[in-house]
Amino acid sequence: MAHATGRPFLEEEGRSLLLPVLVWIALVTVLPLVALASAALSIEGAPGLGPLVGEWMRPGTLRAVGNSLVTSGGAMLLSLVIGGGAAMIIGIARIPGRRLFALLFTLSMLIAPHVVALAFKTMLGPASPVLQALGLAPPPGSPNPLVSLGGIVLVLGLHHAPIVMLTLLAGFRQVPHHLVEAAQMDGARVWRICRDILFPLLAGHWLAAGLLAFVAAFGNFGIPALLGLPINILTLPTLIYRELTSFGPSVLTGVAGLALLTMLIAGIILLLAGRLQNRDASLSDAEAPLRAFWKPGPAGTLALITLGATLLLIALVLPVLSLLAASLVPSYGVPLTRDTLTWQAFGEVLLRQQATREAFLNSFRLAGLAALLLGLLSIPFAFAMLRYGGRMRPALLLLVDLPYALPGIVVAIAMILVFLKPLPIAGISLYATPWIILLAYLVRFMPLALKPTLATMAMLSPSIEEAGALCGARAGRRLVDLVAPALAPAMGAGILMIFLMAFTELTVSALLWSAGSRTIGVVMYGLEEAGQTTEASAIGIATIAVVSLAMLLIDRLAPLLPPGAVPWKPVEDG
Amino acid sequence: MAEIAIRNVEKSYGKTAVLHGVDLQIANGEFLVILGPSGCGKSTLLRMIAGLEGITQGEIAIDGRVVNALEPRERGCAMVFQNYALYPHMTVAENIGYALKVAGLPKAERDRRVAEIAQIVGLEAFLARRPSELSGGQRQRVAMGRAMIREPKVFLFDEPLSNLDAKLRVQMRLEIRRLHQRLQATSVFVTHDQIEAMSLADRIVVMNQGRIEQAGPPRLLYAEPATRFVAAFLGAPAMNLLPATMIAKNRARMTDGTEISLDPERFAAEIGQAVEIGIRPEDVMIVWPGSEGAHQVEVEFTEDMGSSRLIHTRLGATEFTVLQPTAQIEAEGALHITLPEDAIHLFDAGTGRRLAGKATLIGLRASAAA
Ligand SMILES: Nc1ncnc2c1ncn2[C@@H]1O[C@H](COP(=O)(O)OP(=O)(O)O)[C@@H](O)[C@H]1O
Ligand SMILES: [Mg+2]
Repeated sequence: MAHATGRPFLEEEGRSLLLPVLVWIALVTVLPLVALASAALSIEGAPGLGPLVGEWMRPGTLRAVGNSLVTSGGAMLLSLVIGGGAAMIIGIARIPGRRLFALLFTLSMLIAPHVVALAFKTMLGPASPVLQALGLAPPPGSPNPLVSLGGIVLVLGLHHAPIVMLTLLAGFRQVPHHLVEAAQMDGARVWRICRDILFPLLAGHWLAAGLLAFVAAFGNFGIPALLGLPINILTLPTLIYRELTSFGPSVLTGVAGLALLTMLIAGIILLLAGRLQNRDASLSDAEAPLRAFWKPGPAGTLALITLGATLLLIALVLPVLSLLAASLVPSYGVPLTRDTLTWQAFGEVLLRQQATREAFLNSFRLAGLAALLLGLLSIPFAFAMLRYGGRMRPALLLLVDLPYALPGIVVAIAMILVFLKPLPIAGISLYATPWIILLAYLVRFMPLALKPTLATMAMLSPSIEEAGALCGARAGRRLVDLVAPALAPAMGAGILMIFLMAFTELTVSALLWSAGSRTIGVVMYGLEEAGQTTEASAIGIATIAVVSLAMLLIDRLAPLLPPGAVPWKPVEDG
Repeated sequence: MAEIAIRNVEKSYGKTAVLHGVDLQIANGEFLVILGPSGCGKSTLLRMIAGLEGITQGEIAIDGRVVNALEPRERGCAMVFQNYALYPHMTVAENIGYALKVAGLPKAERDRRVAEIAQIVGLEAFLARRPSELSGGQRQRVAMGRAMIREPKVFLFDEPLSNLDAKLRVQMRLEIRRLHQRLQATSVFVTHDQIEAMSLADRIVVMNQGRIEQAGPPRLLYAEPATRFVAAFLGAPAMNLLPATMIAKNRARMTDGTEISLDPERFAAEIGQAVEIGIRPEDVMIVWPGSEGAHQVEVEFTEDMGSSRLIHTRLGATEFTVLQPTAQIEAEGALHITLPEDAIHLFDAGTGRRLAGKATLIGLRASAAA
């Protein structure tokens, strides 16, 4: 009977619900990785390490690795300074508007990287409305200073600074507030409390935050694609993209070798980050988490507000306004005045051009379908993983998280490797159909659906289900009647979050699109590459509008969710 | 050493008022215990003295100096927290010595003082350990040592013993008492445990819903509770409270008709006034049937507590408990009791205030004022 194994009843009855999770992980995480590794290990047809190492040692590869490490390292430092500073200030100081700051700063991270890159490009290029207004614009025709190694570092660093901020703020939630009060009673001032208490207690989080920013930059495609590819500065993801788009599936095994390298570097750093983050002490149930304990004087408050506003201006407002300005002129480079203002580009991309209209429709369908399917799956998955995971739970959580944590380009290559050959029974190949993009989205974005549902599930007291079990409800019944309603808001947040990310993404579809399945990201990137910056900007603005809308909707759901389920609610009131 | 004056202090969180005008003088070297149920505002008051909470209205002065605007570090108070709040990344020695380090004392001096304190709190052997490697009692000692090392003018304790098991709690209680005798520093100790309060305090302040109900020496609060709340809160088992109406200067009648005679000399109640008659279970006398003034009560069940026995009965319609020394014969079925007139407390049913003409413990009154 149930109790023969010694497990609690709730973890025993209905264990078969774990099976779909295991199958999913096998198909979605393990199989693609195995395909990737086996392809990488048989670059010249026969299995062997030699050709793989050879591929890694090619001058082109080494240059890309060097560029990747330099840009990611520089970006990491920038993110640590900006995101770390922001976290410290909004974590400890009671300043009006810090919630709004956290919200907007996080929004800047949710805008797709290629849109961000284009926005920054329009902000600092010769046609920049900002620089023109200041009289600082470089002469027309001169190269854009942002299209450079330094430019990549700058935009990556700014774009991923919120990761550092959110990681550290999550760390702050693990520090008991009493420690700060004890230090205050011991006579310590704000700075000493930060140095002697908060900093050492969160050392692991600082390191982890830096590493997470590093991996995010390392795997980023959109930013180096817009700011490096045009002048031949290649990082690993852009090298993979160029190899594959230039030479097609014939170089697939070599590209798999590069993807494996990318994955290994990212994977090792991720594991390290996870370790470091867990090393820090965590809060017990009885303790209240850290609250902002410092009330700066009027001058200090003003200075900090100015600092925050400046950061938002640089990281979000000005780039988006520049992008908007670039989308409202007849052609790129024309200064925006009352006479030149035109909605023509929006008309083109939203109404007239067949290709872009189709792309919007494609992205809408693909992102919507992926979001709905993953949302529905997330409830039984979260239930099964937490109730029946047992000792496997940490491993399951890690495996299920991998496809999102690893660089998107790796997932895309793995998908090609799995689906290039015809499917075993059906005998058709999904390669070059929209289905492969949908499958890739399902693979990559599952963790986004699981994050809020798992967080909510972890807060559910088992006693509710135990009460249900005593009334005779079986596992499936308990899932539907007791668990699912409680997880519904989290599912909603997950669905919106996936839609928001998938609708605008470029990395995966850049490698998987085919004639009939271009996504918005692909079309926008194509327009920009072809020099049609005005149309690309109009698409960028349209996607930002969609992202903001989805974010507002998620924000509505936030009060129903446990803390941490929605990324941009890091600051409590008071 | 210091005296603390709390003058008409109020505290609100947004629109919720938590303290409604608290007035309290704490004498130099006094051990004051603030006692009250959870949520009544004890911690809030303590933290306002410490400077960890802002003061909405009124003022707090330490040694005559108003401290409302001072930071915690400028007030000369030390605090022992409920869950100790030890710095987990520091050793015991570093925890105890942190205040001195912040104050900029040279290392040699710090080490000497830490060793001295460690000896007092009995932690010499553990100075190199981290808090996570200590038992609950040892952590408690570290917290005490950390508070002592600055030689503060005022010690503040926020339920420091509530995380310990019962045996350790009694032991630490004695140690705190011993320490106070040695240091003679003004101490404010917050607890919801009346036994802890009775055993530690020079003076107890009973709080309820953000107000002070009564302040005085433990004995006085026990013998002469100023309100029904204090009467019910202090003493275990709790005082019996019987709703009744005055029908004569010396008689009260309960709803079911049972009449109880009162000493008219001691109480100032009007005829017709709704009152509550209080009597502690240990003051109830068990008598032979037929004795003068005996009431018969039905025994519902008994609890054996070792040296005594608690008999749960009904007097009229009200639950009524009687404490009987175990040596006496066990009660069964019905029990006959009398309520000694000089052990009866009388409270106004509306306001809950004590209705007393004359004090039973005049001597204690005098010492409370001293
Ligand atoms: N930061 C706060 N914000 C709002 N209400 C609070 C806060 N801290 C305490 N309270 C409220 O103030 C009241 C008194 O709290 P407290 O002083 O901690 O009570 P006690 O220590 O007596 O248990 C409680 O009702 C509590 O809910
Ligand atoms: Mg309290």
